[in-house]
Amino acid sequence: MTEMDVNLIVNGERCRARVEPRKTLADLLREDLGLTGTHLGCEHGVCGSCTVLLDGLAVRSCLMFGVQADGSEVTSVEGLAGDPESLSLVQRAFQETHGLQCGFCTPGFVISVTAFLEDVPDPTDEQIRDGLSGNLCRCTGYQGIVHAVRLAARLRREERAETSG
Amino acid sequence: MKAAAFDYHVPESVDAAVALLAELGDEAKVLAGGQSLVPVMAMRLGRPEHIVDVNRIEALAGATRSNGTLRVGALTRHRALETDVLIRDSVPLLARAAPHIGHFQIRNRGTVGGSLAHADSAAELPAVAVALDAEIEVRSTRGSRRIRAADFFVSIFMTALEPDELVTAVHLPVWGRGCGFAVAEFARRHGDFALAGAACGVQVDGGRIVRAAVGLIGMGSVPVRARLAEQTLTGADAHEVDLASIGRDAVAALDPPSDTHGSAAYRRHLGAQMTARALGRALAEAQGQERNPGQSQAQAEAGGTA
Ligand SMILES: Cc1cc2nc3c(=O)[nH]c(=O)nc-3n(C[C@H](O)[C@H](O)[C@H](O)COP(=O)(O)OP(=O)(O)OC[C@H]3O[C@@H](n4cnc5c(N)ncnc54)[C@H](O)[C@@H]3O)c2cc1C
Ligand code: FES
Ligand code: FES
Repeated sequence: MTEMDVNLIVNGERCRARVEPRKTLADLLREDLGLTGTHLGCEHGVCGSCTVLLDGLAVRSCLMFGVQADGSEVTSVEGLAGDPESLSLVQRAFQETHGLQCGFCTPGFVISVTAFLEDVPDPTDEQIRDGLSGNLCRCTGYQGIVHAVRLAARLRREERAETSG
Repeated sequence: MKAAAFDYHVPESVDAAVALLAELGDEAKVLAGGQSLVPVMAMRLGRPEHIVDVNRIEALAGATRSNGTLRVGALTRHRALETDVLIRDSVPLLARAAPHIGHFQIRNRGTVGGSLAHADSAAELPAVAVALDAEIEVRSTRGSRRIRAADFFVSIFMTALEPDELVTAVHLPVWGRGCGFAVAEFARRHGDFALAGAACGVQVDGGRIVRAAVGLIGMGSVPVRARLAEQTLTGADAHEVDLASIGRDAVAALDPPSDTHGSAAYRRHLGAQMTARALGRALAEAQGQERNPGQSQAQAEAGGTA
């Protein structure tokens, strides 16, 4: 099997891996870079638990081969807060509103919500539900997650108002 | 759920890509957004020996407009159909269809060319292509040709594309003044493929419908164009259209699939409803435009297409 070199930036750090072309980006992150925060539920694009940011856009890392990410910048859940000891604003909102139970789906949700709020900073409830439709959760019944997005949107706006004023 | 091994090729030009396809024949598969092909490979429903990844061919992405036609490059992502102003203004039906395609994470990767080549009759863009009489531009080392959408979709997941041909773009007509466009569909869960749906366009001039396009989603083995409904609409008084009866006529002769998600009869019922709903919205927008031609697309959208 011919392996190929992949050079990419993950969570701000330059990384290199040598992988078979058939290895997905999700498996490359988990197995070759040891970043197991990205979860794999369905491995065919339906559940959203593997969602990462690729050059700033939320994508399914199970639907991309690792070799395709050569030269790209990837952010996984480990990189959202900047340092391993703290939580990002979206992560804090999930914690405060019980936006998780078992936590399996959570990395995908916080990545998706982070990207969603960049696009829609002041969402209506309908927009929130639309934005969450690409991620499945088997535990929470979604109410806590909807609350988390509402809270995150508010915190985010407050934070921006403070830094600009 | 892991794909079988393959050789990976990343051409950086269309010439290099079609040369690879000519050399590798049907052992090769083009990889665009991967949102349909990678699941197929993961489930081992397909195991191509060679993957030709076209994502680095910059010339394949983006849209241009000339002589009343919009040319949308094959690698244009679904997301761009919603955000690109030229696309939205030139062929609004593309922008109306895009939000119905999966979820935003899927639309960030999925491509226009991939959706057409995949040819799922429950997908939105193939229905838009047949409704608007689009032409699909394809290339191989043998040259370039254009295929009318009506001839492109052959049967379930089958197109007129040869194994050595690459979809390079789709050409769509830009409609004039007094137009309205809408997509309506019914799915069990948000973002799912629709059980049934319709993509419609109408143009109104002096209170009369002068042009109508009706594409049906998920109503057969290929995307269906409801020509009879279009004929009934064309020439009719825009205020006196019996939407329910046009919806029923549009689906009467169709034989949609029956499965665990819904019977053929139920899908026909939904297809009729969705046709009526989409046409109603398109007509309302077209009439608003006719009354107020200075109104921008954005205002029209905010007004008429919730
Ligand atoms: C969870 C989920 C939900 C989805 N929901 C919807 C939905 O509601 N509606 C919908 O329409 N789609 C939906 N999709 C599919 C999505 O739209 C795909 O993006 C699309 O069908 C295929 O486009 P792609 O660029 O990803 O193509 P790929 O997956 O890369 O390729 C698909 C096929 O087309 C061929 N191909 C691709 N590009 C070319 C080209 N330029 N020339 C020749 N052949 C080519 C490939 O070889 C392959 O056979 C969904 C996908 C997922 C994972
Ligand atoms: S593991 Fe990628 S979407 Fe389910
Ligand atoms: S918290 Fe358990 S799956 Fe979402």
